[in-house]
Amino acid sequence: MNRRSITRVAAALVTAGVAASMLAGCAGGSGGDDADGKVTITWWNNATSGPLPAVWEQVAKDFMKEHPNVVVKQTGYQNEDLQRTLIPNALAAGDPPDLFQTWGGGETRDQVNNDYLMPLDDLIPDTIKSVGATVNGWQVDGKTYGIPYRFGIEGFWYNKDLFAKAGITSTPTTLDELKTDVKKLKDAGITPIAVGAGDKWPAAHWWYQFALHSCSPDTLKAGTGSFDFSDPCWVEAGNQLKDFIGTNPFQDGFLGTPAQTGAGSSAGLVANGNAAMELMGDWNAGVMGGLTPDQKVPSFLSWFPFPGIEGAAGDAKAQLGNGDAFACAKSAPKECADLLAYIMSPEIQKKYAESGSGIPTVASAQASLTDDNLKLIAQATTDASFVQLYFDTAFGTEVGNAMNEGIVNLFAGKGSAQDIVDKMTAAAKTVQQ
Amino acid sequence: MSTLTSTPGSAVAADPGVPTARRRKDRGVVRKRIEITIFVAPALILFLGFVVAPVVLAAVYSFFNLPAAFQWDMLNGDRFIGLDNYIRAFTTPEFIQSIGNTFVIVVASLLVQGPLAILIALLLNRRMKGRSVFRLLIFVPYVLAEVIAGLAWRLLLQPNGGVNALLEAVGLGALKQNWLADPSIALFTIFLIMTWKYIGFAILLMLAGLQGVPDELAEAAAIDGASWWQTQRYITLPLLGPTIRIWAFLSIIGSLQVFDIVWVTVSPTVRQMATDTMATYMVQQGQFAGQPGYGSAIAVILFLISLVVALVYQRFALRRDLEGAVTSGVR
Repeated sequence: MNRRSITRVAAALVTAGVAASMLAGCAGGSGGDDADGKVTITWWNNATSGPLPAVWEQVAKDFMKEHPNVVVKQTGYQNEDLQRTLIPNALAAGDPPDLFQTWGGGETRDQVNNDYLMPLDDLIPDTIKSVGATVNGWQVDGKTYGIPYRFGIEGFWYNKDLFAKAGITSTPTTLDELKTDVKKLKDAGITPIAVGAGDKWPAAHWWYQFALHSCSPDTLKAGTGSFDFSDPCWVEAGNQLKDFIGTNPFQDGFLGTPAQTGAGSSAGLVANGNAAMELMGDWNAGVMGGLTPDQKVPSFLSWFPFPGIEGAAGDAKAQLGNGDAFACAKSAPKECADLLAYIMSPEIQKKYAESGSGIPTVASAQASLTDDNLKLIAQATTDASFVQLYFDTAFGTEVGNAMNEGIVNLFAGKGSAQDIVDKMTAAAKTVQQ
Repeated sequence: MSTLTSTPGSAVAADPGVPTARRRKDRGVVRKRIEITIFVAPALILFLGFVVAPVVLAAVYSFFNLPAAFQWDMLNGDRFIGLDNYIRAFTTPEFIQSIGNTFVIVVASLLVQGPLAILIALLLNRRMKGRSVFRLLIFVPYVLAEVIAGLAWRLLLQPNGGVNALLEAVGLGALKQNWLADPSIALFTIFLIMTWKYIGFAILLMLAGLQGVPDELAEAAAIDGASWWQTQRYITLPLLGPTIRIWAFLSIIGSLQVFDIVWVTVSPTVRQMATDTMATYMVQQGQFAGQPGYGSAIAVILFLISLVVALVYQRFALRRDLEGAVTSGVR
C-alpha cells in the first residue's frame, strides 16, 4: 500500500464511522436501570407556568431523598404539545417516559388497547380509593390505568364589578337569563363574553355545554359509549348555539383570539377588565393571574356554573369537566407506582391545593384550598348530578377532532348544526371500521 | 458511474492480446468501484433511510386506516382500505380549499414577487448612495427563521398591535384591519408576510443575473438612442430570462410546500377557515387529528402534485437553460 491509498482508506473509514455513529445515535434507547444500580424515572407533566412547576420539582427532590436508589427526572411541557405530539410519538416509538400526564376518556381507552399502560389496582389500591369516583375516566374494563390529582368542572369566570355596572344583581340560572344579561352588558358598552375561539377548543366547549344541557344523560352515554349520535338533540344543541352566537355576545375578531397567551387572549381580556366573562375550566384563575400587570388573580373575579336550558331534555344540574392525571407506562419500573402514590399522598395534595392550581381530587386536601373561586367550583362539582368528561376527551382524538372542526365552522358562520353531527358520524366510522 | 466499463474504448476494448495488462486494468476498475462504494455508501444509506424509506412508507400507510387505537399497526384487524383515504381527501371541502389556497400562493408569488423583485433589482443595480445598505436591508428578512418572522408578525398584526397603531398614528385609521383574525383577508395577510420574507432572495438572484448582462450592450443601445426603459425592456429583461425562470422554479416549489409561516402566524381556527395549505392540512390531520393513514394520503398527493409541476416546468420552461445539464444526462 502506498501512502496515497493509505490516506484514502483512512478517509473512507472515518466517513463510514461518522455515518455509523449517526445511525447508532438514532437507535439509542433509555434503560430503566443505570450502571450503578440506580433506577431512573422520567416524569412528563403539563406544568409550565404559575406555582405548579416548583411544586412538582420539590416532589421529585423529596422522593429522591426518601428513595436513594431512585433518580426522578421531572419535565413540564406545554399541555397541547404534550398531549397531541410528545406522548403519542414517544408511546408509538416504544420509548415512553415512565410517569406521564394523561387526560382520560377515549385516549386512555386507546392507550390501553395498545398495551401501553400499567394497571395500578394491585400496586396502589389505597391511592385509587382516595380519589373516589373521579377515577372513572381513567378506568377501562374495570381496571385503573391513571389517577387524577385534579378534577373540576368548567363554568363562567366573571367580573363582579362589570356585572354591577350593567345592573345585573344575580348570576343567571337559565339560558334565557344569560341572554338577558348579555344584552344588559352590551347596552352598558361592555364586551359580554370573551372566547378564545382561535384555539378551537374554547369555542368547542360552548357546543359541549349546549349538548350537555340539550341531551338526556342516557343519550350522552350512547354517544360516548357507541358513537350513536342519531338523537335529534345533538343537532338541536348546534341550533341553540347558532342562535346564541347570533346575539353577538363575543369580542370582536374572536376567530383569531387565543385562549391563554397574552393580554389580548380571552383570559387576558377578562383579567384586565376588558370583557365581563369567560367560559373556562377550573384552571383559569392560575392562567389569569399570569396575565395581569401585578401578576395577581384580580379581586373582582368570581364564578358561576353554566345555566340549564329551559324545556330541554338535558339535566340542568349536569356539569362538564375534566381532570389531570398521571399514568405509568407498561415498561416503567415498579417504583413509578410508588412515586405516583407519593404524589397523591394527602400532604403533597395539600401543597397542590394551596398553590391554587386546581381542585385536588383527594377529599382531605380540598380543605386546604385558599382561593375563593376554587372553593366555589369544588362545591359545584360536589353538587353536580353527574360530571361529563369534555366531549373531545371522552370521544377520543379522531371523533373529538372532527367535532371541534365542525363547531369552529359554525362559529365562523360557515357550517350548519347538522354538519357537526355528520362530521362526528363520519369520523366514528373510521374508528370503528 | 458505470461509464468506465460500458464505454467502448476503455476496459472492454483494451488489446485482447495482452492479458496481463488487461488484468491490471480490471483490477484498477474493481478498486475504483470499491472506492466509490465506500465513499458513497454513508450518504446513500442516510438518503435511503431518511428520505426514500419514509416516502415509500408514507405511500404504504396511505392505503390503511390507522386510528389511535391501532397506532401504526397495519396488521391489527382489517386495516387495509384501498383508495378510501384518497377518495375521502378529494371529497373533503377543507382539503380542496387547502389545494386552492396553495395555488393562490403559488400564482400570487409569481405575479407579484417576480415583477417587484426585478424592479427593485434594476433600481439597486444603478449607482447610487447607500446602495449596499439597501441591498443588505432587503436581504435581512430572508435570513430570519420562518418561525421568528411569523411570530413577530403575529404580534404586530394583532387587533391592538403595532401595525394598526401605526395606521392610526398616520391618520389611516380607516385601513385598520383584523389582519389575522378575519378569514376574508387572512390569506392576503399571509401572502404579504411571505412577500416581505422571500422577496430579498428573489432580488438577490436578479441582481446576480444582472451582473451577467454586459454593459457594452446597454452602451450600444444608448448610442442608438434607446431610453433607459427601452434598454431594460429589450436588452436587460431578455438576458435576465434564465435567472427569472430559475427563480420562478424555486418560488413554485417553495410555495407548494409552505408550512411554517402559516402554522405559527394564524390561529388554528382561522387556518381551518381560510389559510390552510396542503402542508398544514397534512400535519393537522395526520398528527393532531390522530389519522396517520389519511395524513399519509395527503402527503402522497402533495408529493405527486409537486412532482408533476416540477417535471412539467423543467420540460417546458427550463429546457433551454438546462440543455446538456439535466436533459442529456437522462437520455
